[in-house]
Amino acid sequence: MRLYDLARVIRSKNAGPFTLTIDLVFATRDDFARALASEALSSEGIAELYGVEAPAVRVMPFERVLTIKVSMPRPGASSGAPGDTDVYGCSQHFPLADCRI
Amino acid sequence: MLLSTSEVRYVSLCGMLGYGYPLQSLSRAMATQPAFIGVDAGSTDPGPYYLGAGVNFVKPEQVKRDLQPALCAGLDAEIPLIVGSAGGSGGAPHVAEFLDVLSQIAEETGRSIRAAVIEAEVPPHTVLEALEQGRITPCGPAPELTPDAVADCSRIVAQMGTGPLIEALRTDADIIVAGRACDTAIFAALPIMEGFDPALALHAAKIAECGTLCALPGGANDALTVTLREDHFIVEPANPEKCCLPDTVAAHSLYEQPDPNCFHEPEGTVDLSACEFEQVGERGVRVSGTRLHAAECHTLKLEGAALRGYRSISIAGTTDPGVIASIDGIEQGVSERVRANLPPDVVDGGYSLRFLRYGLDAVAGGRHRSPGPPHELGIVIDVVAPTQQAADTIVSLARSTALHQPFTGRKTTAGNFAFPFSPSDLRAGPVYEFAVYHLMQVDDPLALFPVRIEEF
Repeated sequence: MRLYDLARVIRSKNAGPFTLTIDLVFATRDDFARALASEALSSEGIAELYGVEAPAVRVMPFERVLTIKVSMPRPGASSGAPGDTDVYGCSQHFPLADCRI
Repeated sequence: MLLSTSEVRYVSLCGMLGYGYPLQSLSRAMATQPAFIGVDAGSTDPGPYYLGAGVNFVKPEQVKRDLQPALCAGLDAEIPLIVGSAGGSGGAPHVAEFLDVLSQIAEETGRSIRAAVIEAEVPPHTVLEALEQGRITPCGPAPELTPDAVADCSRIVAQMGTGPLIEALRTDADIIVAGRACDTAIFAALPIMEGFDPALALHAAKIAECGTLCALPGGANDALTVTLREDHFIVEPANPEKCCLPDTVAAHSLYEQPDPNCFHEPEGTVDLSACEFEQVGERGVRVSGTRLHAAECHTLKLEGAALRGYRSISIAGTTDPGVIASIDGIEQGVSERVRANLPPDVVDGGYSLRFLRYGLDAVAGGRHRSPGPPHELGIVIDVVAPTQQAADTIVSLARSTALHQPFTGRKTTAGNFAFPFSPSDLRAGPVYEFAVYHLMQVDDPLALFPVRIEEF
């Protein structure tokens, strides 16, 4: 199953002009646990998908609201700089959302 | 001021001044007899252009629409209106534009307004001195600061904390117009001044600054009421059609933050890991358990934008499968021909030429591509060059070259792309970059933010 189909909400946004943060919100505790246990959500896997350094990728479960937060340095240019493609960082949940869970 | 010692009530007007809110929500919020109205007016979200160019990402008419009713409500109730990051980026031209709107309101309503104004621009020499003394560190993944990066900046601002706003509150002004400010400072200043727990005051402020983003139905553009007491606070939307739930308020700590368990302010690190969220009535949520790990030294976040060139773009599209299949080669061929056909001085000046291929890979770069060719492809030819004239010239040449670029198997020999507009090329103006996004250690968190009084 694709992560995009499993999650209730997948959203991305800048957390400041140099950091990207992606929230994966799940409808049930089972879905949350299934995603959290998945290899797709390892720092290494995400780093490779986005072309950033693995130690800079943080995967943080926030169980209270069944959410997994992924934060990383912005791939490519900082927000709004020449070469950037997404000033607000709102459409960077892919390729992560394509991962098989 | 209608303020008891056991609690302080306040209103967050909306998530962003100028993005709109229902006027009835303001009336309802005022009925709770708040001690102040606060509103955030700025952000770095729209990118570095607005800081660098000295313009607001919200238009003056939008600001006026949102500001006037709140200002008049505050004057009537004799409570202050606190505006943070005035004019969007909170630099000198931004504050000046905001004061211009304020002056128009004073003239049109016939009301006299006493404003406490706090500028937030930092002179480059102050930053350079701090850099030499090793008092500057990157904020998050920003690169190390260099003297050249400081010199490149058109403008540098510092985010003020609660201290300067408390100084301004002591002037008994009708409105506090703060340049670049921490979002939390707008709402935490008065409670901290009154002796409330800074941990709870900052956490409540963090939620309040986004208006009703913590409520259902979602969206920031409505008023939120906050009641802060000794050991907890309660948030509740002013609009009876909206409600807060424990989960929606808890989830707010995820928003635009790299870590859901804590956030950093000049006052220290606010720790949310032991927070409790409970329903109060049908629409309110009570929050407790927030902790503050006080900062060991005073730091200010600096934001600086550097001019990186001028942009011109051209927008085009195609439905031809051959063009779509050959788009890599077409792009490469156009880039080579443009370089060969430009005047040498334009080439020597340096430029960037890229094709943003919407429908293929424009949004996520090469990182994400659908299988199979798309039916239609949208192209933005994007040129950034040292002068506007150079950018105009390069995009013009790139557009005509792309229209007629040959490729293997070409059937579209009268033209490769559809251009929706005449003129087909658009000037997008100066392009900036956040060259400074750093923390500066200071001895005195007030020194950079003197308060002055202006009467309208």
